[in-house]
Amino acid sequence: MAEQMTGAEMVVQALIDQGVEHMFGYPGGAVLPIYDAIFQQDKVRHVLVRHEQGATHMAEGYARSTGKCGVVLVTSGPGATNAVTGLTDALLDSIPLVCISGQVATPLIGSDAFQECDTVGITRNCTKHNYLVKSIEDLPRILHEAFYIATSGRPGPVVIDIPKDVQFALGTYHKPQARPSHPTYKPQIEGDLEAIKVAVDLMLRAERPVFYTGGGVINSGAEASRTLRELAELTGFPVTSTLMGLGAYPASGSQWLGMLGMHGTYEANMAMHDCDLMICLGARFDDRITGRIDAFSPDSRKIHVDIDPSSINKNIMVDIPIVGDVNQVMEEMIRIWRAKTNQPRTEAIAPWWKEIEKWRRVNSLGFTNSDTIIKPQHAIQRLYEATKGRDVYITTEVGQHQMWAAQHFHFDQPNRWMTSGGLGTMGYGLPAAIGVQVAHPDALVIDIAGEASVQMTMQEMSTALQYELPVKIFILNNEYMGMVRQWQELLHGGRYSHSYSDALPDFVKLAEAYGGHGIRCSDPAKLDSAIDEMINIRKPVIFDCRVSKEENCFPMIPSGKPHNEMILPDTADIGSIIDERGKVLV
Amino acid sequence: MNANLLPTGSVYFMPSQTEAEERRTLTVLVDNEPGVLARVVGLFSARGFNIDSLTVSETEHDKHRSRITVVTVATPKVLSQIKLQLERLVPVHKVHDLTQEGSAIERELALVKVAGSGDSRVEALRLADAFRAQVIDATTESFVFEITGKSSKVEQFVALMVPLGLVEVVRTGLAAITRGPEGM
Ligand SMILES: Cc1cc2nc3c(=O)[nH]c(=O)nc-3n(C[C@H](O)[C@H](O)[C@H](O)COP(=O)(O)OP(=O)(O)OC[C@H]3O[C@@H](n4cnc5c(N)ncnc54)[C@H](O)[C@@H]3O)c2cc1C
Ligand SMILES: Cc1ncc(C[n+]2csc(CCOP(=O)(O)OP(=O)(O)O)c2C)c(N)n1
Ligand SMILES: [Mg+2]
Repeated sequence: MAEQMTGAEMVVQALIDQGVEHMFGYPGGAVLPIYDAIFQQDKVRHVLVRHEQGATHMAEGYARSTGKCGVVLVTSGPGATNAVTGLTDALLDSIPLVCISGQVATPLIGSDAFQECDTVGITRNCTKHNYLVKSIEDLPRILHEAFYIATSGRPGPVVIDIPKDVQFALGTYHKPQARPSHPTYKPQIEGDLEAIKVAVDLMLRAERPVFYTGGGVINSGAEASRTLRELAELTGFPVTSTLMGLGAYPASGSQWLGMLGMHGTYEANMAMHDCDLMICLGARFDDRITGRIDAFSPDSRKIHVDIDPSSINKNIMVDIPIVGDVNQVMEEMIRIWRAKTNQPRTEAIAPWWKEIEKWRRVNSLGFTNSDTIIKPQHAIQRLYEATKGRDVYITTEVGQHQMWAAQHFHFDQPNRWMTSGGLGTMGYGLPAAIGVQVAHPDALVIDIAGEASVQMTMQEMSTALQYELPVKIFILNNEYMGMVRQWQELLHGGRYSHSYSDALPDFVKLAEAYGGHGIRCSDPAKLDSAIDEMINIRKPVIFDCRVSKEENCFPMIPSGKPHNEMILPDTADIGSIIDERGKVLV
Repeated sequence: MNANLLPTGSVYFMPSQTEAEERRTLTVLVDNEPGVLARVVGLFSARGFNIDSLTVSETEHDKHRSRITVVTVATPKVLSQIKLQLERLVPVHKVHDLTQEGSAIERELALVKVAGSGDSRVEALRLADAFRAQVIDATTESFVFEITGKSSKVEQFVALMVPLGLVEVVRTGLAAITRGPEGM
């Protein structure tokens, strides 16, 4: 179906045809025609942000919590450069985004025109792909192609830079193809059957197996989490996950070991270190996971399922690489396993589980609680208890609070946990929470924040108020850039160079200034009722939770150390383990 | 697929630091859309890969397809990343490792300016003849030679010209193609 319209109208029509319901943006000279087209329709709702970085993180939160593509609209020059952090964040965390930017008119490109910047040049290395649309004839194809590329294969951000004259030009629009394809971009969905058979053979013979799952399981869609649960039950194998994959396998499941990696549990990291078969499903052997490469899981064979061939053998050489969509591959694994047996390997791996039980008893997430001061871990635990059973979504900023949230808040479903893992972007959490709330207006959406991080994008409180999005900002206020302080304590002789959060605003008054609700709590006895107050207010809330200032986040694998040399909290029960393991504590 | 029969291929048993670097000629088939060269070159710089030589031109005009020939030096592990990362770029059709795929023919063209008089001038001409270099410009005190061949031959010729009054050299970078009837 071909139709004549302007470039700006095509943009909006393509969004509608791609099923977009919400977009996040900020106007400016170079996108005014598109804003005019938005004004004249009511199918796509536009959320006006306060800073373009906020728009990108909102779109990320929206995308991660729905499985859909996030959409961003920014103007040329500063609008585009402000979006760069969020685009990079989405690239590293494999989040599908389409970001439309305005550009100066084509005859002016390269003349240092007002608000001109080389957007495609600047974003080339922080997007999965990008386009400069030079002619109206190319626009409909590029618009649809961008959505296809952003959402298929390994998802990621795509930028479409549209000069203003192209937005005004008249052209012929066409609808998206029912089954999109591309001449050069062809993600591989189906895993090699022979390789999957070999993988299942190894699984059927394993004595110390572990599933190492990651963000790819979330990327693969809700179905993949169901398939993972089935595969876990069928095999009886223990399951751990990266920060990005939390919720794919339920934290309440009996085979759950907790998160692995630098701040993962003792049992998860020991299982990774001592296993004889590692089944990596949609994770990318990030350095927060592997620690010292040459000491990483030395005695295991490794199966790696990933949709991106370049993820395989990048950091860690594996034995059985399988390129394909993790859901499809897991379904094949289940089918092949079932064809051989209907039994989990319960008996064969019983000694392995016994060992894992021993590691679990170390209680590596333990901490010394207090009656007089709120411990940050305790605050997360209380938050978790208070919100249990509700329709809850958690986002985070970056730092210790992020790790404590990952450790002490438990997720039983996918798409409930939004965090900046790969780039570690402070300021991600509040806008991400707003994006989540836009997609799920009735849900309880909480940004677990640090007092330093949240100030990076605090102005989005105003967006929350404007659109009546009752997000909760739960600040673990330790008056430090805690994660930085912790590293300075461990590595730089406790010289806390510029990591103190000085001149903090009064967060309660700040909330009120924005028209939200402020709560402060420093008394453990009053914490529960303060949390209830926060949950029950249908308004954006800033909760200034005053916690102990110099708490460290444990357990921790110091950088450059192998998994079996974790630093455990001083409360860990290492009585029976320490003899066998020698120097567990370093 | 017999990895399960071999000792595990894990990196810990491969001291990657001491792995020797290899020189490879890669052919990257791309759609000749704006910015595609910047994407390829940007990938090399962003990921810390080396480029020793780079040759680009549209080779199939009707299909807007270009061929980029890259010579790179890296360890086998990094080489495999280079190929996979290149293939991940949206406008890239395929990456061929000509060095690995068998005996490819490699040629380079150079223009070499030499100035001098007397014996060295005669000697330059004599050597050019031996290397089958053409004289494409001449004045009473200078020559410009055009030489085609393997990079090593070009190198050698240029080195010989240094004492004879080499002024400047321009090289095209490598063009490479597989032997036999098959195309890419
Ligand atoms: C302060 C801080 C501390 C951190 N500490 C830890 C820690 O202790 N533990 C931890 O785990 N992380 C930690 N991280 C996060 C870490 O940096 C990485 O972001 C994270 O480990 C990567 O997760 P992932 O391997 O699941 O990969 P992701 O980044 O989620 O990548 C997904 C992988 O799956 C693949 N994929 C995508 N879609 C599919 C599909 N459909 N089918 C198959 N494969 C697919 C992709 O190609 C990619 O390889 C920390 C981050 C910060 C900021
Ligand atoms: C934009 C950005 N700048 C700097 C950093 C480095 N960094 C990581 S954690 C951190 C401190 C975070 O402090 P806070 O938000 O108070 O969290 P806490 O660790 O105290 O819980 C810093 C500065 C970062 N991750 N992102
Ligand atoms: Mg802090």
